Amino acid sequence: MRTWPFSPRHVVLIPLSALMLLPLVWMLVTSIETLAESRHFPPTLVPSGIHWQNYPDALAAAPFGRFFTNSLIVTLASVAGNLLLCSLAGYAFARLRFFGRDVTFIALLATLMVPFQVTMIPTFLIVQHLGLVNTLGALIAPNLVTPFGIFLLRQFFRTLPVELEEAARIDGCSRLGVLFRVVLPLSMPALATLAIVTFLWTWNDFLWPLIAISSTDKMTVQLGLASFQGAHQTNWTLLMAGNVMALAPMLLVFVVAQRWFVQSLASTGVKG
Amino acid sequence: MIQRALGSDHLAGWLFVLPAVVLIGVFGILPIGWALLLSFQHNDLLTAPTWVGVDNYRTLVHDPVFRDSIRRTLVYTALFVPLSVGGAMGVALLLHRPIRFSRFYRTAVFVPVATSTVATGIIFNWLLEPTYGIVNFLLDKVGLGPYGFFQDPDQALYAIVAMTVWGWLGFDVIIYLAALQGIPEDLMEAAQLDGAGRWATFRHVVWPLLSPATLFLIVWSTINALQVFDEIYVTTRGGPLRATTVLVYYLYNQAFELFHAGYAAAAAEVLFLITLVFSVVQLWLGSRRVHYSS
Repeated sequence: MRTWPFSPRHVVLIPLSALMLLPLVWMLVTSIETLAESRHFPPTLVPSGIHWQNYPDALAAAPFGRFFTNSLIVTLASVAGNLLLCSLAGYAFARLRFFGRDVTFIALLATLMVPFQVTMIPTFLIVQHLGLVNTLGALIAPNLVTPFGIFLLRQFFRTLPVELEEAARIDGCSRLGVLFRVVLPLSMPALATLAIVTFLWTWNDFLWPLIAISSTDKMTVQLGLASFQGAHQTNWTLLMAGNVMALAPMLLVFVVAQRWFVQSLASTGVKG
Repeated sequence: MIQRALGSDHLAGWLFVLPAVVLIGVFGILPIGWALLLSFQHNDLLTAPTWVGVDNYRTLVHDPVFRDSIRRTLVYTALFVPLSVGGAMGVALLLHRPIRFSRFYRTAVFVPVATSTVATGIIFNWLLEPTYGIVNFLLDKVGLGPYGFFQDPDQALYAIVAMTVWGWLGFDVIIYLAALQGIPEDLMEAAQLDGAGRWATFRHVVWPLLSPATLFLIVWSTINALQVFDEIYVTTRGGPLRATTVLVYYLYNQAFELFHAGYAAAAAEVLFLITLVFSVVQLWLGSRRVHYSS
């Protein structure tokens, strides 16, 4: 019966893909136009030549290198902190019997019910008391461990066969040894999920850096990008070049490791 | 022997959870209580706070800007949630079975997920620029516009909806694709053998089996919509004429630009209440309709 030369789904999917990609493609095109070409109507769809100069100009206009270093420090510290501290806590909540365990677990988990926007003012005051305002520490300390990560890992650890851990204990392995030599090597999928989600979340976070950081040399990529826009309002070629540089690493990692990203996001959603 | 084993578990257990308990205690639990306390104080983030009782809440009730910000937040949520969740379900159904260029289509839909909210905002500022923007140019080709978008008080909030749906659609599609993957193939075949058409198969097999994912996405998207901020900060700054001053933008502005931190804390408690009510009602309604396959 079917005489279509191709699936009718293409009829929807082609324009949809165009719609999803247009913003990013247009950003790329504008980033290699001259300022005059960008300020022309109708828009210059195909620039006269590749005007690379916008990129060095953007680099000269704002310290993107510094922004990247800051974002990298904050993100790596948060990922490392979450992997270590959520593993320790998640394992204790999954396997060890200790006084007050369930109450503590529920208290930690309950904080997930309160959105950050509700607690951001006192969080700022706490960071102020700790003398961390306008330091990278302000961005790292609150993100070193998350109830979400503890929950995720605890659930995963509970699915592992306990016999392996018991055998290791009988062989004289310490609790810590069991965790690091037996449990964690078996938990790579869950650890990868936690690492990816923490990475994506911390790298793209904006509101907290906006509140906690004020000087340019402490800014993350997102904050730096926003302030860069503030300083170059209508210089679209410069703004798009800056945007491309800020986005490129994350988009490249995402496209290359798309399967991992997708699996991680999916597993935090449906199973959670 | 047993005593000693248990004893060591107590110590080991607490040592293992101690860093997490301290950090979440300081940055997670303490701020919850403090936020409530703040809402009864006058606080400018610098000098010593003073106790003002329920004054902040009383002022809030009579603050038209605050009430408008709640209304806008609800309008935004009412548009964003069905558009993004419903749209994602449709896209996921189209993408589920492999066809030519599947991988390309998927990548196109997923890429905005990795695009930060700030970058999204800046890109859309340029796309929707009234004079030189490409969207007005394209709309002009089909005889529409020109529109002011972010610069028109009547359009700005809808432009924000369109932009954020673009940014969030991919995440919802990912969740739906994972859920579709979980539907056993023999269920679909059984339905087709029983003579169910495409619509009947969708309505009676796919739709109920997707319902846990749908419930999750509705609750999750609602929470995110009630808290929308980044994209607005980067594009309209709550304007023009406060047309996009949503709840979180209002409380950010009050706390960190006007230094009315106590007042903003009271607004934050209202946000918490709204979020809680929405989540509880949605989960309650959902629990009666969602079909969980065991």
